[in-house]
Amino acid sequence: MRHVGTDLVRTDGPAKVAGSARYVADLLVPGVWFGGTLRSPVACGTLRGIERDAGFDWSRVVVAGPGDLPGENVQALIVDDQPVLCERDIRHWGEPLLLVAAPDRVTLQAALAALRPRIDEHEGLFDAELSTQVFKELEIARGDVEQAFRAPPDGSRVIEGTYRSDSQEQLYIEPQGCIAWPPAADGSLLVQGSLQCPHYVRKALVRAFGIAPEQARVVQLETGGGFGGKEEYPSVVACHAALLARVAGHPVQLIYERHEDLGVTPKRHPARVRHRTLVAADGTLLALDIDVLFDGGAYTTLSPVVLSRGAIHAAGPYRCENVRIRGRVVATHHVPYGAFRGFGAPQTCFAIERQMDRIARELGLHPAALRRKNALELRGVTATGQVLKESVGAREVLDLALGRSGFERHPWRAARRSEERVRRGLGMSFFFHGAGFTGSGEQLLQGRVRVALLPDGRAEVLAGSTEIGQGTNTLFTAIAADALGAAVDDIVLAQPDTARVPDSGPTVASRTCMVVGGCLERACRELAQRVGAGAAAFRERAAAFLARGGDGVVTVTYRAPAGLSWDDARYRGDAYPVYGWACDVAEVEVDLASFEVRVLRFWTAVDVGKAIQPRLVAGQIEGGSLQAVGFAHLEVVSSERGRVQQDRLATCIIPTTLDTPEFFVDLVEMPFSNGPYGAKGVGELPMDGGAPAVLSAIEDALGLHLDTTPATSERILAAWLAAHPEERL
Amino acid sequence: MSVVSARSLAEALRALAEAPALVLAGGTDLMVEFESGRTQPARVLDILRVGELRGIALQADGLRLGALTSCTEILRAPLVRQHAPLLLEAAREVGAVQIQNRATLGGNLGTASPAADLNPVLVALGARVRLVSARGARELSVEEFLTGYRATARAPDELIESVLVPHRPASELARFRKVGTRRAQSIAKVVVALTLTRDARGAVAELRAAAGSVAERTLRLATFERTLLGQRLTRRQLSDAARASARSDIRPRDDVRSTADYRRHVLARVLVDLLHADCDAP
Amino acid sequence: MRSRSEALGPPIELAFVLNGRPRAVVAPPLRRLLDLLREELALTGTKEGCGEGECGACTVLVDGQATLACLVPCCQVAGCEVRTVEGPELDEIRAAFLAEGGAQCGICTPGMITATAAWIEDCRRSGATVTLAGARQALAGNLCRCTGYARILEAVLLAARERGLRVERGEYGASGESGESRREAAP
Repeated sequence: MRHVGTDLVRTDGPAKVAGSARYVADLLVPGVWFGGTLRSPVACGTLRGIERDAGFDWSRVVVAGPGDLPGENVQALIVDDQPVLCERDIRHWGEPLLLVAAPDRVTLQAALAALRPRIDEHEGLFDAELSTQVFKELEIARGDVEQAFRAPPDGSRVIEGTYRSDSQEQLYIEPQGCIAWPPAADGSLLVQGSLQCPHYVRKALVRAFGIAPEQARVVQLETGGGFGGKEEYPSVVACHAALLARVAGHPVQLIYERHEDLGVTPKRHPARVRHRTLVAADGTLLALDIDVLFDGGAYTTLSPVVLSRGAIHAAGPYRCENVRIRGRVVATHHVPYGAFRGFGAPQTCFAIERQMDRIARELGLHPAALRRKNALELRGVTATGQVLKESVGAREVLDLALGRSGFERHPWRAARRSEERVRRGLGMSFFFHGAGFTGSGEQLLQGRVRVALLPDGRAEVLAGSTEIGQGTNTLFTAIAADALGAAVDDIVLAQPDTARVPDSGPTVASRTCMVVGGCLERACRELAQRVGAGAAAFRERAAAFLARGGDGVVTVTYRAPAGLSWDDARYRGDAYPVYGWACDVAEVEVDLASFEVRVLRFWTAVDVGKAIQPRLVAGQIEGGSLQAVGFAHLEVVSSERGRVQQDRLATCIIPTTLDTPEFFVDLVEMPFSNGPYGAKGVGELPMDGGAPAVLSAIEDALGLHLDTTPATSERILAAWLAAHPEERL
Repeated sequence: MSVVSARSLAEALRALAEAPALVLAGGTDLMVEFESGRTQPARVLDILRVGELRGIALQADGLRLGALTSCTEILRAPLVRQHAPLLLEAAREVGAVQIQNRATLGGNLGTASPAADLNPVLVALGARVRLVSARGARELSVEEFLTGYRATARAPDELIESVLVPHRPASELARFRKVGTRRAQSIAKVVVALTLTRDARGAVAELRAAAGSVAERTLRLATFERTLLGQRLTRRQLSDAARASARSDIRPRDDVRSTADYRRHVLARVLVDLLHADCDAP
Repeated sequence: MRSRSEALGPPIELAFVLNGRPRAVVAPPLRRLLDLLREELALTGTKEGCGEGECGACTVLVDGQATLACLVPCCQVAGCEVRTVEGPELDEIRAAFLAEGGAQCGICTPGMITATAAWIEDCRRSGATVTLAGARQALAGNLCRCTGYARILEAVLLAARERGLRVERGEYGASGESGESRREAAP
């Protein structure tokens, strides 16, 4: 291995530092028109019609409505409940009603301002607890929770807690956007844009335009961050842009302003998780009874899968004979919630980890000792009954993070001197995250990768996986180069263009390196074998092989590891082929005048299986951990009557350099036999543990058990005053 | 719609005398207003090149800072460090570097956002604003100048020419604290500035305390000042004064950034915190 | 934010120096410098992340100062020296960002590079030591969502070293060049 395990310069790096990488807004398309969306100003209502001001010259623009869609007015995803454009029933604030395209932006703005929707507003439902419309329900059961609570052993305790996490905005620094071209003579479409999953977009276009997949060409351009926020939503933008292009007869650019993006795109599902735990006097978890409720917003989007992942992770990385997890995700009139790194797990991980801290406190145990006592190990059995057969770095990550931070020696929640003006605290979390699609998801996807030799002997990698900053291109280059026995310069990555690359499955679910990279490794090994060994450099041998008439194209389809089985109806079995493992320790300083929290240091030890590119994966861990730190105390997303209040960057707060802790990252490698060079997926894992670790540290500092994230200064003040009522004004 | 880029004060004042215009300096507020469509002026007067509005000078009655003095210039000026260090503390907390390079003293005053970081300091320092027009010049205290929510005493044909920070007693305590939404690039939830001088017996002889983001404009904390004036500064007195101030001096609201309850409590706690170490025990 | 200011005011002639070369353009006076650069001048390296002066992605240098191009009306760059990420004298910074892994999705990278250049050059002029804490302060107006900033800060220190400045890493949490305004009151 020459490249796997050592840091390459990012293949896309030189263009990015030169400012020459082309994102969608950088494309200069001659004759392009500008698209915009007329949206509902209320969360719930009936659309009676849309008036046009007679004073505006409508011949200068084009307007497109649901009736202009040649296919079905369905935003294809999992369930067909979301229209491309609302026809009558408005279900969320900002719901798209009508589209406009104009030759310049000023005319576009004037046209949008000259449209008046007539809406009968209805009372909206915004409290998920009260919703009776269930997108999905499930139950995971192991052992007999009821019996355990009925017959608790001597000395055991029942500990209850309710935990809430609010929504969170992905805040990719490049807003959503795409450019669509008018249909060709045969009806085929072209859309280029900022997106994670070109084949998802293709599927949406096929449905909305009534065309065959080969007629819907989608090309991913350089994408300025996604984090899940560009998993499903780009399909909406693409369908809108393509419809406008079709009606206008011009290419149309639909690029959201930040204000619009913040207001209407999907965000993290708000959650409420109830825990009722039976624990022995020595801290052994005897029974976990967990109730998970996610707010799905107005339409199904990806909610069933978010609930699924959230529920499967809800019992944490712990041994427990009796587990019951009941979960449901319901409809409200909020803007539909969607994919964001972690995908349900950050919410349920927050809950179980805060519950573990509560248990530690009530039993008088150190939080670290409680984790160690119950941590799953190799051959342990999870809540779904999965036996962890390999690649379990649980103890290693605990040892490293706890050791480096000194947390185990730190007296947690010790009494403090009341005259302190600031208080420091330390806290932890321990967590795992399944890599790849749940259960039989990968089998169903049948993701494919192709490697094809070019006439000059270089090898082109054709995959539907996208580079969105996480390093896909560099990872694939390293894997391909080593598996082929080639140089970095011998590897060419095809731009993700549905006309050229196979569907490798979406760039989500921590699967790109492990699943797609794994297919890539197999394809390259096969190709290397065909080309044959020799003294000459790979490129020469490959060119010679082609010249001899050799078949230089290999396509590999994903093959699940042997021995995995999953029962989708009962949620039992091998939920994921493998898990990433991590332990976080956070050090905070809380100011007692303002209850501002500073996260000073953050230790994280992560089992990645194999670090294909150590610096890249450390960068992913730092970035994901900071998003989690933001989720812990800074990033507020709230709604009033269904309208997101933080709709400008001035009010949608994410961490700056001065809000960022000093990171100490330790990588652990417990190889996974079905991952390329032993690697397993870890893109989402770092998002799961930061919030509970920070709140654990705040608890240490202040002696307050906070159960809601983000733990804003306002919430901390309220909790402090409840505990110190003499300080109330 | 027209834009005039003035190159001299005379040109600028002439332009304003002819017709009202929106005055544009560093643009950190106005450019956002223009782009969002919230402000659609008929006429804009760009004064960024008016040299007479720049410069920091020590005069007999105090430190005079031109209206176009940027936060960065405030941070770097030795004269400010010597004669008005409190202003430096506030300038450091404005936005981040890029904003500090463009945001001006005059802009802070003219925009009169209740969350402005510099304005409470100017009030605490007893600063005065000099306004000029084709009709002449006048001076008023910053407090008199800031009249309401994004409202000032500036007449449409006037420009803010400069700010005078009177000489401060050497023994003065000067304190500043901004509580924002994060550690940089943030709008204040609560911002406080105060100056305090004690007499020979240790009683509070002079006290100016001002706060932002706790009402529709920057305001003096009258109860806080009244309670402490003439008293020895003890922790008990300080705590009582701070709590009384938080109850009666301010009119905070719940908004997208924070809550009224938070603002009240944190104002009280910050006031105590700022002077805690300077108290005679207990 | 999309240029409503396009509609404001008849165009003016504007002369300024861009990346070392004199340029003359005609544009409406309130057109944002950001749009002038990206559209009239086809320099798309400077990015728009928010249009409200909050993210730093549009950072350019105006007369050596880090400035948000989305907040500058082009009438205010007449006679100025403007430098963008495409400009010269940024190669050490580029190389440092590559060497340290300071770019992931890359959308914040141009702004980070120009902000770094402004700070490093300022340190050189003033003779100040480059520290980690100082780098944090200098880049506090540049948001990044991918990296967690750690590798960006390493890139800044490396670039400063490569440019021959005095670099002392110092404590991560120390006050930067401008210091902390929060005083630690004695208990």
